[in-house]
Amino acid sequence: MDEPHRKDEHEQKAYAVMGYFLTPGELMRACEKLNAAGYKHFDAQTPFPVHGLERAMGLPPAKLPWVVLICGALGLLSATALTYYVSVDYPLTISGKPDFSYQAYIPVMFELTVLFAAFGTFFGVWAMNKLPMYSHPTMSHPSFPRATDDAFFITVEARDPKYHKVRTKGFLEELGAREVLEVME
Amino acid sequence: MTTAVMTEDTPGKRATLVLGHRDFHAVTETVAGIVEKKTTPSWVVLFSLAVSVLLVLLGSLGKLVADGIGIWGLNNTVFWAWDITGFVFWIGIGHAGTLISAILFLFRQKWRTSINRAAEAMTIFAVMAAGIYPVFHVGRVWFAYWLFPIPNQMSMWPNFKSPLLWDVFAISTYATVSVLFWYVGLVPDLATLRDRAKTKTRQIVLGIFALGWRGSHRNWLTYERAYLILAGLSTPLVLSVHTIVSFDFAVSIMPGWHTTIFPPYFVAGAIFSGFAMVVSLMVMARKAFGLEGLITIRHLENMNKIILVTGTMVGYAYAMEYFIAWYGGNEYEGFAFRNRAFGPYKWAYWTMWSCNVFSPQLFWFKRIRTSIPAMFVISIFVNIGMWFERFVIITTSLHRDFIPSSWTYFRPSLFDISTFLGSFGLFFTFFLLFLRFLPAVAISEVKGVMPAANPHAGHDDHDHDDHGAEASADSSDSGASHNDSANEDEEKANG
Repeated sequence: MDEPHRKDEHEQKAYAVMGYFLTPGELMRACEKLNAAGYKHFDAQTPFPVHGLERAMGLPPAKLPWVVLICGALGLLSATALTYYVSVDYPLTISGKPDFSYQAYIPVMFELTVLFAAFGTFFGVWAMNKLPMYSHPTMSHPSFPRATDDAFFITVEARDPKYHKVRTKGFLEELGAREVLEVME
Repeated sequence: MTTAVMTEDTPGKRATLVLGHRDFHAVTETVAGIVEKKTTPSWVVLFSLAVSVLLVLLGSLGKLVADGIGIWGLNNTVFWAWDITGFVFWIGIGHAGTLISAILFLFRQKWRTSINRAAEAMTIFAVMAAGIYPVFHVGRVWFAYWLFPIPNQMSMWPNFKSPLLWDVFAISTYATVSVLFWYVGLVPDLATLRDRAKTKTRQIVLGIFALGWRGSHRNWLTYERAYLILAGLSTPLVLSVHTIVSFDFAVSIMPGWHTTIFPPYFVAGAIFSGFAMVVSLMVMARKAFGLEGLITIRHLENMNKIILVTGTMVGYAYAMEYFIAWYGGNEYEGFAFRNRAFGPYKWAYWTMWSCNVFSPQLFWFKRIRTSIPAMFVISIFVNIGMWFERFVIITTSLHRDFIPSSWTYFRPSLFDISTFLGSFGLFFTFFLLFLRFLPAVAISEVKGVMPAANPHAGHDDHDHDDHGAEASADSSDSGASHNDSANEDEEKANG
């Protein structure tokens, strides 16, 4: 495949070398090979999560659950504080029961725990994925639209110590990747 | 290739989930095609119809705001009737969406993938339809925010010991979490639509909502974890919501309401009615949009099995309620139940039994379970029956209270009826907009359950260069072996 014709290519910094496969199996094998060859900063862009790829890529598990746990605990705390405050601020004495009859507040505590945890998950997942990010170098690959359709992209980033424009490109082509191109930042 | 023509489940051998789609691109084409092609005349007709019914709702609510809730048929004895019936009816319908998206996800039921998106949308619109009842029943709608604990100069708070306040928290949490869950699921598919967009406007609008999603595996990793967590949060949430809705009744001391069976009974009923609504909607949508290859007979049959199970559970609850009314020996409780079955509302009670308990029993027969017209009719019956269930519980318990001199017979006013019918307009207006402008099937999830998505499938025959030809050959030639391995996986997952 030819180099893309860019007028100012020499002025731009390379972001990565990118190519794609047509089956998840090939992508998986390529990731295993890259990992074995000592590459660290590479990523895959796929139309759906290819299970097991994180092992092939040597990625650690996501840290999101901790965010959710903290948010959930915060929700429970806020609910406790809210119900405590309203029952002391304006006590409703019913059958001589204590002002803070926590048994009656369990539904509110539960709902707020879930609500806060869900918000934590929602905002946490985008924050950890650095989204929204409306422009990304990988999107400049001419076939990138297929990454959300039927192509399984592999991106070896320039910041990887083992990155070499020609050798990395050759390595990906050897693995069977198509349209292997260098994309600019 | 016997698996390709098989569309139903037989023990030991499972039907493929995606029929007639050779590769991933074909799935994208089918689903995104619905959104991208020109508006069809039939959609316009249906949409105009839905909007007209929505106008009926807006008119009824306008009249209510102007004149007060006296325009409803309520009286001193029956202070709750069609309004709360409509509320519980719609909330219940919403629950199937959450069940499909969350509980079936946790149980690794892969067949949920082609129906979860539409079912989640149904949840959101059903909760919207439900929400109008409590908001407008306060009468002075401009004070509806009093439902929430907002600090005020008199130090007055809503009663936190009341199930009605718990309801406020439960329903608003449920609505919020459902929207978040739905949107998280939509993002990768919006990115697919963005990357296919032909016009600049489409690209920008879809681009904004797709958040710049690019399918990076590092992103997918966190995303899938988030999806799992949201499913884990939604599961107890959906159970809690209908439990709390049932507390509206069970925590009171009215005979016929004051029973401990209510929470599980209401949850089973909610799932039952929701699945019936999903079947009704999917039978129509798959036909109208050519989704037969994605929403197969296997999907429908599985839903019918759930309808059969939950319908039987509901029937058990009806019988058990009656048994306890007798066994408990409480005179008033006993009367409330005798009055339900043999009193002035016996027609409603037996409609409920026939629609909810007897009609789903036909699903024991495979012929009926897999027949589109039969399941459509039964699902409509179930929807009707579940409306009657709430009506029976609410009205028959109230209309003959402790003092015979205040006994009465509730008749809905014109505005009771128009408000309830109008709520269907609200629901269908939004549902049709959803079908037209958003991917009705979760594209990325469906691709993930296709046999070709298994990275270990057919590893050895990838050594020659012609990948394009092979990708299609994969699904037609060696499809059978792929299906088998996918089937085995699922068999394990299903335990």
